[in-house]
Amino acid sequence: MTVFPRLAYCAALLAALPALADTVYVSNEKDHTLSVIDSVSMKVLKTVPVGKRPRGITLSKDGTQLYICASDDNTVQVMDLATLKVIHNLPSGEDPEQFALSPDGKQLYVANEDSNVVTIIDIASRKVAGQVDVGVEPEGMAVSPDGRWAVNTSETTNMVHWIDTRTRKLVDNTLVDQRPRYARFTDDSKLLWVSSEVGGTVSVIDVATRKRIHTIRFAIPGIPKDRIQPVGMRLTRDGRYAFVALGPANHVAVVDAKTYAPIKYLLVGRRVWHTALTGDEKQLWVSNGISNDVSVIDVDNLKVVKSIATGRYPWGVAIKP
Amino acid sequence: MPVALTVLGAIVWRELLRFWQQRSRFFGALVRPLIWLIVFASGFRAALGLSIIPPYETYITYDVYITPGLVGMIQLFNGMQHSLSLVYDREMGSMRVLLTSPHRLSWLLTCRLLAGVVVSVVQVYGFLLIARLWGVDIPWMGFIWVFPALLITGVLLGAAGMLISSWVNQIENFAGVMNFVVFPVFFLSTALYPLWKMQESSVWLYWVCAVNPFSSAVETLRFALYGQLALEPALVTLAGAAVLLALAIRGYRPRQRA
Repeated sequence: MTVFPRLAYCAALLAALPALADTVYVSNEKDHTLSVIDSVSMKVLKTVPVGKRPRGITLSKDGTQLYICASDDNTVQVMDLATLKVIHNLPSGEDPEQFALSPDGKQLYVANEDSNVVTIIDIASRKVAGQVDVGVEPEGMAVSPDGRWAVNTSETTNMVHWIDTRTRKLVDNTLVDQRPRYARFTDDSKLLWVSSEVGGTVSVIDVATRKRIHTIRFAIPGIPKDRIQPVGMRLTRDGRYAFVALGPANHVAVVDAKTYAPIKYLLVGRRVWHTALTGDEKQLWVSNGISNDVSVIDVDNLKVVKSIATGRYPWGVAIKP
Repeated sequence: MPVALTVLGAIVWRELLRFWQQRSRFFGALVRPLIWLIVFASGFRAALGLSIIPPYETYITYDVYITPGLVGMIQLFNGMQHSLSLVYDREMGSMRVLLTSPHRLSWLLTCRLLAGVVVSVVQVYGFLLIARLWGVDIPWMGFIWVFPALLITGVLLGAAGMLISSWVNQIENFAGVMNFVVFPVFFLSTALYPLWKMQESSVWLYWVCAVNPFSSAVETLRFALYGQLALEPALVTLAGAAVLLALAIRGYRPRQRA
């Protein structure tokens, strides 16, 4: 079927989009590649090979480099974004999956799934600065924006482990629901959101007391409860929304970040996994692992505007404003 | 004003008046597609969630997919209803009054057809508005874009109805028309399922659906709702409309009966 150019539609679409293009990076777990996508044209600009089984990705503080967890190469790769070349590796410990950058941009906290530790890497010297023993199968990592706490979630122990960044010691644990996958602090460092994949919930934890103050549950009509598996999350800076990727439920939940009530479920591709917001927070990009694409959500209208094919098993998303 | 336009205006006005008189017909015309949308499509809501096909940019639910097909359904039924009223007019004699007018028969019939299209467009907009309120995500601009598409698909389906009415001599024969025309035309098209789904289950069904002009009409409407021109389906629709209209006019020519 011949389709005529979609000028008018594109024009309408462009009018609704931010004028400045962000660059979106997506790690493709099965293809061992990184897709580079333009946020305005929504086209894949380039696909570059990286280490084996790339999963977690995060930008350096100045935005010139991308850190990539090459899980099967047991290393964190550092990519220069100007040339899209891997310039060196960081010693990450075994099987790095997720990591978090300290607010000063100097250290990476890496969860080593196979060896039950959190490895702290000093980026400048490219050396391991320390390791902290945590629960079984460490997965989610987050550092509070005030730099005070590093937290790790362990999938089998079902706990949030609180690491004091000054002493690099584990000081407390908070029990959450089954298989905690991902952790994210609010911008004011007062609350910690933790998603539990098997438990199907998101726990909101008060950082001062390290106690759970609220549990968010999800229900999508027609979708069995066991398919609702919260993983990746993002909170908007204005404190309005939290977006929770619900894995094999193929939906992203929009949660009112003040009342913690889910307000909408947006249909995306299969096994939606991780998420990232553009610099102006007008778009949320999510990776759909099994359908091999990413979906773009218009944050103002809470609508999925487009899905774009990537490599196989897109996993992590990072956006450079 | 040219006389031809006066004729057109008068016939469209008569049809609109008739439509206004039969308000229940309007609601009847809305109930059918709304039942499909609200009951049938809800049952299959997630059935299509796993593939992206143009003109859609992302994953859609079944109610979104089926909406253009239901717009086609409104026009299809309207075309048939219109053809029914032509047979009725012929039986009651008002058609004869119309045909005694000094204007060309082809123009009179075209006016009659356009009057039917206008009525169908009113019905379609009523349906689209309700669908939008029901939560089917149609861009507001789509309401404007779809207008020219509605005209050509309306002429295609109206001309089909007119051609049938030239063959059917009595109202009683109309039940057969419903069974042997409306249902196959609707079900063997892209109104309810995309072509690739058909291909999965049966190749010959796929071909029947692909060549069905009603599929072209539905696809023209589908793309138009999203501000795109589906060139090939639109041309097929346009050509089909011209051929069927010519045949229908030919069918209405006075002929000597043996």
